[in-house]
Amino acid sequence: MTGFLVEALSWALILAGAFFTIVGALGLMRMPELFTRMHAASITDTLGATLLILGMMLQAGASLVALKLLFILLLFFATGPVVTHALAQSALHARVEPELAEDRRARAAEPPGDGRQP
Amino acid sequence: MRIVSLAGFLFAFWLVLSGHYTAMLVAAGAVCAILCALAAVRMRIADAEGHPIHLFVGALTYFPWLAWEIAKSAWAVTKVVLDPKLPISPTMTVVKASQRTPLGVNIYANSITLTPGTITVGVSGNDLTVHALVRDGAIDLEGGGMDRRVSQFEGSA
Repeated sequence: MTGFLVEALSWALILAGAFFTIVGALGLMRMPELFTRMHAASITDTLGATLLILGMMLQAGASLVALKLLFILLLFFATGPVVTHALAQSALHARVEPELAEDRRARAAEPPGDGRQP
Repeated sequence: MRIVSLAGFLFAFWLVLSGHYTAMLVAAGAVCAILCALAAVRMRIADAEGHPIHLFVGALTYFPWLAWEIAKSAWAVTKVVLDPKLPISPTMTVVKASQRTPLGVNIYANSITLTPGTITVGVSGNDLTVHALVRDGAIDLEGGGMDRRVSQFEGSA
């Protein structure tokens, strides 16, 4: 009975992870330009990867393999933002300007408020 | 103290990756862990930044909180992607990082990037330039909720 529950939970996690990975890929196709595409890709490498690896850890059971999968997940979480940041910054450096609906960068000069504009 | 903890963590890491537990190999692993810790000290990377063990207790509550934030915003971005109208409103903004140390600012900037829908594209001192997929994401960050949570985590030592 417990075996069945673990198996079912594991499959649910893996299927959910696959769903979010596909959503990330779909977003990559649908978004109009580089910066917005990076947001779509980040679904894949955060929620997608986490759910897939949690599902695989349940498949592995309480073993060294499960711990190694956990290390892979931690590696994703440590390297993911660094790579994303490097990509975004090199794009800005190469003068790839993001298409913006609103630019609030000048706001930094204003006195601190709650950030909400009237 | 930091060296002992660094060697301990390295040895635990070695144990997990190895899987071979004969006395000779485990002893070799222990020696390697100690040598690596000493090398890290000599390279001056075994400091509060390279091995932030003082954040360990705070991390036990910070990372689950961050994971939940990631799940919430990943779901929000998923809804945007699956919406036929693709309701994006890309916004750039500048947020203040109130953390005291470069490590704290780094944790904040990386937490912003890890959360889907917001990316830190630039850091200068305590000012982070952030690109957000939707306007509300930028305004949420300007509100400073995550900034306060990271500062609390940093100050929990």
